Amino acid sequence: MRRFSLFNATSLTFGFAFLYLPMVILIIYSFNASQLVTVWAGFSTRWYGELLRDQEFLDAAWVTLRVAVFSSTIATVLGTMAATVIVRAGRFKGRTLFSGMIYAPLVMPEVITGLSLLLLFIGIGLDRGILTVVLAHTTFSMCYVSVVVSSRLATFDTALEEAALDLGCSPFEAFRLVTLPIIAPAVISGWLLAFTLSLDDLVIASFTTGPSATTLPIKIFSAVRLGVSPQINALSTILIAFVAVGVIAASLATKRAAVRADKDARAAERAAG
Amino acid sequence: MNQTVFAPWDDPDEKPLIQFRNVTKRFGDFTAIDDLTLDIYAQEFFALLGPSGCGKTTMMRMLAGFETPTEGNILLSGQDIAPIPPNKRAVNMMFQSYALFPHLSVRDNIAFGLRRESKDKAKIDERVEEMLRLTRLTKFAGRKPHQISGGQRQRVALARSLAKAPKLLLLDEPLGALDRKLREETQFELMDIQEKTGTTFVIVTHDQEEAMTVASRVAVMDEGKLIQVATPDVIYEAPNSVYVADFIGDVNIVEGRASQTGDKVDVAWAEGQPPIHATTQKRFDRDAQCYFAIRPEKVHISKERDDSRPNVLQGKVIDIAYLGNISTYHVRLADGTMMKAQSANTRRLANRGITWEDEVWLSFTDTAGVMLAR
Ligand SMILES: Nc1ncnc2c1ncn2[C@@H]1O[C@H](COP(=O)(O)OP(=O)(O)O)[C@@H](O)[C@H]1O
Ligand SMILES: [Mg+2]
Repeated sequence: MRRFSLFNATSLTFGFAFLYLPMVILIIYSFNASQLVTVWAGFSTRWYGELLRDQEFLDAAWVTLRVAVFSSTIATVLGTMAATVIVRAGRFKGRTLFSGMIYAPLVMPEVITGLSLLLLFIGIGLDRGILTVVLAHTTFSMCYVSVVVSSRLATFDTALEEAALDLGCSPFEAFRLVTLPIIAPAVISGWLLAFTLSLDDLVIASFTTGPSATTLPIKIFSAVRLGVSPQINALSTILIAFVAVGVIAASLATKRAAVRADKDARAAERAAG
Repeated sequence: MNQTVFAPWDDPDEKPLIQFRNVTKRFGDFTAIDDLTLDIYAQEFFALLGPSGCGKTTMMRMLAGFETPTEGNILLSGQDIAPIPPNKRAVNMMFQSYALFPHLSVRDNIAFGLRRESKDKAKIDERVEEMLRLTRLTKFAGRKPHQISGGQRQRVALARSLAKAPKLLLLDEPLGALDRKLREETQFELMDIQEKTGTTFVIVTHDQEEAMTVASRVAVMDEGKLIQVATPDVIYEAPNSVYVADFIGDVNIVEGRASQTGDKVDVAWAEGQPPIHATTQKRFDRDAQCYFAIRPEKVHISKERDDSRPNVLQGKVIDIAYLGNISTYHVRLADGTMMKAQSANTRRLANRGITWEDEVWLSFTDTAGVMLAR
C-alpha cells in the first residue's frame, strides 16, 4: 500500500475544502435562527417553514419541477433515438457530421445556446413561458443523454436484436422488448442527468423564460441581488439535496449495469472456456 | 422390408426447398460468396464445411434475411425471399454466439418467438414445456441465461429456435463451445429432433467429424465457392480434389505423372521407385500432372514384404502416433517421401512387432486410393 503522506493528506483536505466548503457553509447557515446571514444565533428550521409558506417560492419550485420532468423525459426519448442512429446505422453519408452535431452543444457556451434559442422563439413567434423553457432544456440535455446511451449501445451485442427479428419481432418490437430493457440502466441514468441539469440551469432559462414562468435558479439569483436571506440558503440546501440524490442515483444505475454486464461476460467466458 | 434411401437430390422430380441461384455477396470490394449455385431439399440435414472466413456464416445470414445477395437470388419453396424481411420468414436461426436474451428467463427466452405470433397462452405454455422436456431444461426454466452452464445455454438457444417449428432451421456452429462428450450427445439429440420434427436443418461447422456424423449431405467450401457437395461417404471416399481430400480426414497425397490404359493408371512419382498402380474412371493425358490420394487406414503395414497387393513400397518408421484403438505409423520411403499407414490395435502393445526405426513394407490395392487431377 502506498503511504498516506502528509503532503497527500494536505492536498486532499485543501482540494475538498475548496470544492465543498462553500456548500457546507450554505447548508449550515440555512439552519441559522438569526435573520442576519453572517451571524450565528442557534439552530432552527424556521426558514424552511417560512419557505413553505412563501407562495412565490412554491410557484417557482412547481415550475422548475415541471420543466425538469418534461424536458428530461423528452430529452431521454430523443437522445436515445439519436444514440441508436449514431451507433447502429453504420457508415452512412454524413455520419461524422451528424454525430458531431449532436455532441456540439456539449461544448457550446450556454450564453450562445440561450441567445440563439431566444432568437428562434422570437422568430417563430412563440410566447415565452414554460413551454419555451422545456424546449430549451430538452435541446441541451438530450446531448448528455445521447452520450450516456450511446456508450452503452456501443457494447450491446447486435446479435440479440437480430435474434429478436428472427423470432418474428418487427424492428420496433425488437427495440422495445430486447434492446430497451437491456440498456434501461443507461437510459435511466441519462434521464436523471438531464433532470438535474434542468433543475440547476440559470443561463438558458433566463434567456428563454417569460414573466409567467420563473424557475428556482432564476428566483434565487434575483433574490440574492437584493441581499442574501436565510430563506435563500434553505432553498439552496433543498436544491443541493435534490441534485445530489439525482447524481448519486444516476451513477448507481450506471455502476449496477456495469457490474451486471461484467458478471454476464464472466459467466459467458466460463461457459466457453 | 422396403426401406427407401433418403436421397431427394438424385430424384429429378423432387423440388428443392432452398435454391441458391448464382448468388454473389460482396462486402465493399471483398467477395465473400462467389457465384454460388446450390439446392437443398426438404428434411435434409445439410452441413456447410470449410475453413474460417470462407463464407459459411454469410450464407446463413442471407437465408435468415440479415444480408441480401449482391447478385443472384435465393428461393425458398420456389419463391424469391429477397423482399421478405427476417421477421416474416419461416426460417429460424441459432446464432453462433447463442444470442440469448439476458434479461429473460430460460422459459421466456423459449416462449419469445411464440408470443410474437399467438395470444393463446395455454398453447404457448404447452409448447414451451414440450421444448423444455425435449432439451432437458425443465429444471432450469426459471433461471436467467447467466445462471446456467454453456451446454445448457446452447440447448436454450436450440429450443428457442425450434419452438416455432420453422420450415428451415439454421445452426451456426451450434456445438462449438461444448466439450467432446456433450457435443457427441447433442449431435445425436439433433438428429433425433430432426427425425421427430421433419425440419430441414442447415448446419455450419468447421469440425469435419461433426459434419460426417450428422449430415445427409456435406458442402465443402473455400473462399466463397463450393468445392464439392455430396453425401459424407462420397466426400470421404471419392473427394473431387486434393483440397477436399485434405480437408476431410487424414490423407497421403502423392504427386506424379499419369500414364493410362483403360481404367488403369500408372503414376510415376519418384526416380527409381516403381510406379503406383491405380484405378480410375477419369481420363488423364499421358504425362499429365496428377495426384494420388490414399487414406492411411487403407495402407497396409508389415515387417515382411507382402506381395498380395499390387503396390508395395519399402520404408522406415520415423514416428508412431498411438491413439488407443489405432496407431498411425509415419514411414519415410526410400526417396524421402513420408507416407502414413494406420492399423487397428487388435493386440496389446507388447505383442505388436513394429517400432521406431524398423524397416517396413507398405502395400495397398489398386482401388484403395483415388486419382485426382487437381
Ligand atoms: N459485414 C461484413 N463486412 C465486411 N466483411 C464481412 C462482413 N461479414 C463477413 N465478412 C467477411 O466475409 C468473409 C466470410 O465471413 P463469414 O461468412 O463470417 O465466414 P465463416 O465461414 O467463418 O462463417 C470473411 O472474410 C469476413 O471477413
Ligand atoms: Mg462463422
